[in-house]
Amino acid sequence: MNVPITVTINGTAYTRDVEPRQLLVHFLRETLNLTGTHIGCDTSSCGACTIMLNGQTVKSCTLLAAQADGAEIMTVEGLATDGKLHPIQEGFWQEHGLQCGFCTPGMMMAGVQILKNNPNPTEEEIRHGLEGNFCRCTGYHNIVKSIQYAAKKSAAM
Amino acid sequence: MLPASFDYHRATSVADALGMLGSLGDEAKILAGGHSLIPALKLRLSKPAHLIDLNAIPELRSITRQNGHIVVGAMATHTAVQTSDIVRSAVPFIADLAGSIGDASVRNRGTIGGVIAHADPRADYPAALLAADATVVLTSKSGSRNVKADDFFVDMFTTALAEGELVTEIHFPALAKGTGASYQKFSHPASRYAIVGCAARVTVEGGVCKNVRVAFTGLTEKAFRDNGVESALEGKPANEATIQAAALLAAKSIEVTGDSFADEAYRRHIATVQARKALLAAVAAATK
Ligand SMILES: Cc1cc2nc3c(=O)[nH]c(=O)nc-3n(C[C@H](O)[C@H](O)[C@H](O)COP(=O)(O)OP(=O)(O)OC[C@H]3O[C@@H](n4cnc5c(N)ncnc54)[C@H](O)[C@@H]3O)c2cc1C
Ligand code: FES
Ligand code: FES
Repeated sequence: MNVPITVTINGTAYTRDVEPRQLLVHFLRETLNLTGTHIGCDTSSCGACTIMLNGQTVKSCTLLAAQADGAEIMTVEGLATDGKLHPIQEGFWQEHGLQCGFCTPGMMMAGVQILKNNPNPTEEEIRHGLEGNFCRCTGYHNIVKSIQYAAKKSAAM
Repeated sequence: MLPASFDYHRATSVADALGMLGSLGDEAKILAGGHSLIPALKLRLSKPAHLIDLNAIPELRSITRQNGHIVVGAMATHTAVQTSDIVRSAVPFIADLAGSIGDASVRNRGTIGGVIAHADPRADYPAALLAADATVVLTSKSGSRNVKADDFFVDMFTTALAEGELVTEIHFPALAKGTGASYQKFSHPASRYAIVGCAARVTVEGGVCKNVRVAFTGLTEKAFRDNGVESALEGKPANEATIQAAALLAAKSIEVTGDSFADEAYRRHIATVQARKALLAAVAAATK
């Protein structure tokens, strides 16, 4: 039996009927066409599907769309405001934080979570905070720098 | 990967969930954090006809202190336990353990009740519950019963949980002055699951070790208390030499299961190392 859900994503409310077994990541990508959130491993390991659910990062491949009823979600599409990049996006741009870009949406959301918990993290804390996100291009060094850039930028704002 | 079809039910109270469990019977499965269950559904290792979601039951998320015990609701996430001041002040090693599980996103969803109900032989909490002398509260329509951690973990993926029952609370005795505890794990580098984890609790009185409790995860089909290590340290001076001697006895009487990550001999060695670390840290905390 399908279940009705209402979810607010990047400030817009969406009401849809979903099949209970539909994964949240498929709801975002296929039902709503928000394809910024990626699917890498589909086994809760790689973090490509990371989004913010009620202010906390989650792996959207390991949550049912039905569970998101009533939730506030932010995806990578919601980072920029009024055409202005979010500090984390600017960081990835300035510090060359992506190569193929596949892991990037998840890395950015993980970065947002790290800075939310701790606006001024050490390099070690950033690396620890990225444990659930894999970069197959292995560009970790610049990803760390991108998050450091965002921390500095946000502090100056 | 899509799970097989099921109906989804959102419970809003414990009574509500128990009612659903009663009417849907063994066709139904409880959904907590979903971080063991959803991967299993996707692989179709599990094909329940109904899922009963506990995430909308606020009463199961609470963390309180009651009569010298820390009472953690089954749906407390790993992040909630990691960041709880109540847990940190009374059983700090439990907060540290929660912070060592998986990664930040796993910790934001995974729950303590889910871990222990699942009873994965590599999970972290089971060893700590054993060493902490914790009690698990199981609730069914006919009421609640308390089961000691010692009696809760029965076998691989098997616990004392009966049909129609939910895990509702876990009670940890607050560590008294003079008692220390620690959990030390050697993690799988990708998932952060324990390859071997050791939890130890020790009381030091007049420089002597008392009430020693030592438990391991990752060595065999379930977490277990190691009486060999415990009795080697009981009543002995709390120093490096006695701790080292006791730690070397780790898992001596246990059949250890190896796999492609770590074979039997390697796991046995790691067990002695983690036991030494956990005991040293527990004694240091007890004498602080
Ligand atoms: C990438 C990754 C890394 C991980 N790393 C670690 C790690 O380092 N250490 C570790 O210990 N774990 C680890 N885990 C497992 C994680 O802690 C899971 O959250 C946990 O094993 C299951 O808890 P859950 O709340 O997600 O339960 P679910 O997956 O929802 O449920 C698990 C099982 O328990 C049953 N159940 C759940 N709650 C109850 C209840 N209250 N009463 C009765 N039955 C119940 C369910 O029906 C199901 O059978 C990892 C998981 C992932 C995906
Ligand atoms: S696709 Fe979700 S963690 Fe890899
Ligand atoms: S940039 Fe290619 S996977 Fe990270």
